[in-house]
Order: sequence, then structure tokens, then C-alpha cells
Amino acid sequence: MTQRQAKRLTHGLIAVWTGAILVFLYLPIFSVGLASFSKARYFRFPILRYDTTWYEKAFSSLSVRELVSTSLTIALLVALISVLLAFFGALAFARFDWRGRRLYQRIILLPIFFPQAVLGLALLIWFSTVGIIPDWRTAVIAHLVWITPIVTLVISIQAYGFDPALEEAAFDLGASRWQTLKEVTLPVLAPGVISGALFAFLLSWGNFPLSLFTTGADQTVPEWLYAKMVSGYTPLVPTLGALTTTGAALILLLGYTLFMLTRRVRGS
Amino acid sequence: MTALGQDLAVSGAQPRARRAWPAWLRSPGVLCALPMLVFLALSFAAPLLTVLGYSFLPPRTFDFGQGLTLENYADVLTESYYLSFAKSLGLALATVALLLLVSWPIAYGMAKTFGAWANWLTLLLVIPLFVSENIRLFGWVLFLIKGGVLLGSLNTWLGIEADGLIYNVGAIVLGLVYVYLPFMLFPMVLGISMIPQDATEAAEDLGASRWQVFREIELPLAMPGLLIGCLLTFILSLGSLAESKILGGQAVIMIADEIETAFTFGQNWPLGSALSVILIAFSGTLVIALLRWLDLDRILGRRP
Repeated sequence: MTQRQAKRLTHGLIAVWTGAILVFLYLPIFSVGLASFSKARYFRFPILRYDTTWYEKAFSSLSVRELVSTSLTIALLVALISVLLAFFGALAFARFDWRGRRLYQRIILLPIFFPQAVLGLALLIWFSTVGIIPDWRTAVIAHLVWITPIVTLVISIQAYGFDPALEEAAFDLGASRWQTLKEVTLPVLAPGVISGALFAFLLSWGNFPLSLFTTGADQTVPEWLYAKMVSGYTPLVPTLGALTTTGAALILLLGYTLFMLTRRVRGS
Repeated sequence: MTALGQDLAVSGAQPRARRAWPAWLRSPGVLCALPMLVFLALSFAAPLLTVLGYSFLPPRTFDFGQGLTLENYADVLTESYYLSFAKSLGLALATVALLLLVSWPIAYGMAKTFGAWANWLTLLLVIPLFVSENIRLFGWVLFLIKGGVLLGSLNTWLGIEADGLIYNVGAIVLGLVYVYLPFMLFPMVLGISMIPQDATEAAEDLGASRWQVFREIELPLAMPGLLIGCLLTFILSLGSLAESKILGGQAVIMIADEIETAFTFGQNWPLGSALSVILIAFSGTLVIALLRWLDLDRILGRRP
């Protein structure tokens, strides 16, 4: 076997392995999708009768509506606030040289390298110590601690490719600091900002370990699903699971399109 | 840690700032970093310090002012909590080892051989990340449970009868490998893309075998990414909760499980805090050691 043949064989094997892992990644999601169309009270495979009873129930249920609206509110607020904080955080991370930057970069990474359940519990004790009663708003804070650093990294990667000469040129042409930020820095970082906001929204939407301890009497969709998985199973679990998954996929697709469009605009 | 960092970060500019306001403005880095650092001080450093404080309170108390004690730490050592800790460590190590093997070929393909396909693959790999972790784990339950997708099909079409495959250690490791795969894969891709093509080719031209190229060139050059991936997945698996609860039944009690029980059913916040402090101190030491060594600017792609 020549070296080229060996290489082609390796590449083929890598492709096959990657395909297998993709199947592995989507297998459970596919199972949830299957189960969501089963009419039976308890899931058995092969499914005897496929129908959409449980979808109708999910759409007409008031408690489902409440769960979704809680999750949605938290995720939207998290996306908004984390992008605001992370935009400037990323400029400090990647764009400017300043004393203490190396230390700052490492501090930003610490919350990511942290067990989330423990972080949730720590926040719970902290809220109780300062006398805050947990509800969905404290969950927003909890999500932010973990998500803002991730968004900062996403925007930073964009900011690393940013040529400071652009800003200097704007200054030289008489733009104010604010104008420069609005007209030069923001558009250049826009793809990073959009993907950061998307990441923030989706990570918050699906988060379970942080919500578990910090939502108080309120409940998010993943929390409710978990509670029902552990005790009191209902076929609404796979149905709602499939619905939130579809929702997340749609938002991701929409965001990706938007991301590609801003890139194209910037390119032209 | 964060509070200290903030002091250091600010002290660079503070003395000059008192004398002349413009000096502050001329350090936009400090200004930009400030909101983030204040936020992390209030909602990351402060909670961790509170946990540290609670871990020295007498067992089953809920407020400060009754003196401090080391009793909780003694409880951790004398009761069987160290066992949960050891089991969690073992499972986390097994997860990291499996993830290294599983991810290397894919990461290599994404960085070197897939070309334009790599972007689409990234999208496909990222999508499951945004599906709530417990929905995906529940999908494994549906797949592996008795009468589920796998065993139901085997039974119907091949007549094989088998008990459910979940609620054991293997299922927990499967869940951990499954959930944390992207956290190993993406840092690994970053690491492998740092290997210059010239280096591999030069080694090949000089007659190095495939194994030698891997060991002497690729592995050392990809090491920063590999280490980030290993550490990230190790720490996340060590502190994981959902995998053992959903897929593991009560087969293994993980350390995060013990912490949760102490805080909720046990109503023993000081004990839960002491367990948390040990877990945080252990993983924190590893993280800080690695982060000191890494050059983040280079890994994330800063212009030279």
C-alpha cells in the first residue's frame, strides 16, 4: 500500500467514524421525537398507534403555556444582558492592551470551568444570606454567571480578527468615541454579537442545573420535564421535549441565516 | 479569587485616575472590563465566599453568629462521603479517557481533512448542545429501557428478550460521554488546527512513521487544546448531577448528588458547603494551574 492509498484509507475511516458519532448524537433526540407521537400512556416500541393527541394537549394546556413563558422570559433577558456585558467584556479581553488583562482573561474563564449544580447551590445560599427570595429573576442572574463568559469568548474570537487601525482611522477623521463605537466597532463585531446572543438564548433555554436551585417557586421547561421524568411520568414529557427541541432548532437556523447575511453584507 | 483579580485589575489605573481623569479614559481596557468584573464579584465570588463561610458553621445551622467549627470537614472524612468523591473521580477519569479516543479522529478530520464540510459538521455537532441536557438523557432512557426503541425492535424483529440497559454504571458513563462530547471536541479542533502542515510534512519526508508523527509532532503541538478539553470535561463530569440521576438510577451516588441532598432533604447547609468547598478547591486548583500555563491569545487566534 502506498502512502497515498494509506492516507485515503485513513480519511475514509475518519469520515465513517464521524458519521457514526453523528448518529450517536442524534439517536436520543430521535427517540424523543418518536415517543412524542405515541398515543399510549406508557412508551413501548414499536409504537402501536401514532397520533398527535399529546401535541394537542400540550398546546391547550395552561401550565405548559406558563412554563414556556417563564423559560422564554429568562432566556430573552439572559441573551440581552449577557450580550451587553460581554460586548465590552470582549473588548477588554481581546481588543485593548492593559495591565491586568492576562489575569482578567483567566477570571472570565473560571465560571465556565465550574460545576453548574454547585454554582446554583452557592447562589441559592448567597441569595438567602442577603435576603433575596429566589424566583425567575434570580435564575436570570444564575444563568448570566455561566453564560456571559461564554458569550465573551464568542465575541472575543471575532474581536481578535479586528484591525485597530479601523478605529484609529475613524478617530483621525474626527469621529467621537461614541460614534466610532457605533459606526465602526459594532458593525465589525456584529457576527460575533449575533452568534453570542444566539448562544446565550439557547443555552439559557435548555439550562437545567442552574435553574433547579435558583428559580424558587417558578419553574422552567427543563425543570418541569425533569420533575416529571423522576416521578409522575406523562407522555407530555417527550411531546414537550420534542417541541422545545424543534423551537431551538428553528431559532438556531434563523440565527445562522442572519449570521451569514451580516457576513455577506460585511464582505461586499 | 475574582475579588482579588478585580483589585489587581483596577489598581493598575486607580492612582493615576485620582490625579487626572483623562488617564482613566486612556485605559479603555479597564473601563470595558469593569462592568463584567463587578458582576462576577457580586454573583460569582460572593456566593463562593458565602459557601466557604457556611462550611465552618455548626452542622444544621442556617446563620452566622454561633461560632465556627471544623466539624463538617470531620464529618466528610469520617462518614462515607469520600467514597462518593472517589466514585465521581473514577467516572470522570473514565469519561475523559473515552472522550479522548472518541473525539480525536473527528477533531482531526475537522481541522485537517474535511475542508468545506467542516462548517456544516460544526453546525450539526452544535445543534444537540442546545437541546436541554435532560431531554437528551431522557432520549437515552427511551432508547435503552426495556421495551424501548432498541430492545423493543430487537424483541419484535429478532425475538431477543433482554432487560433494560439503564440504571447501571455503564449507562452513567454513556450519558457523560454523550453530554460532554462537544466540550472535548471543539477545544481539540482548536488544538489540532495549531499544528502547522509543514511540520507534519517535514517529518514525513524525513521518514517518520505515522505513529512517530502522531507522538512527536501532532500530540505535543495540539496539547493546549487537548488539555483544555480534558480539564473542561473532567470538571464538568466530576460535578455532574443529571446523568447519574436520569440514567443511573441509584447505581452510583455522585458527589454533586450528595451535595444536593445535604442542601435539600438533609437541611444541612454547612455539610453541603463543606462538600462543595472540597470539590471546588480540587477542581479550582487544576483549572488555575492549567490557565496559568496557557497562552489564551494564541489559542483564540489573536494577530501577532
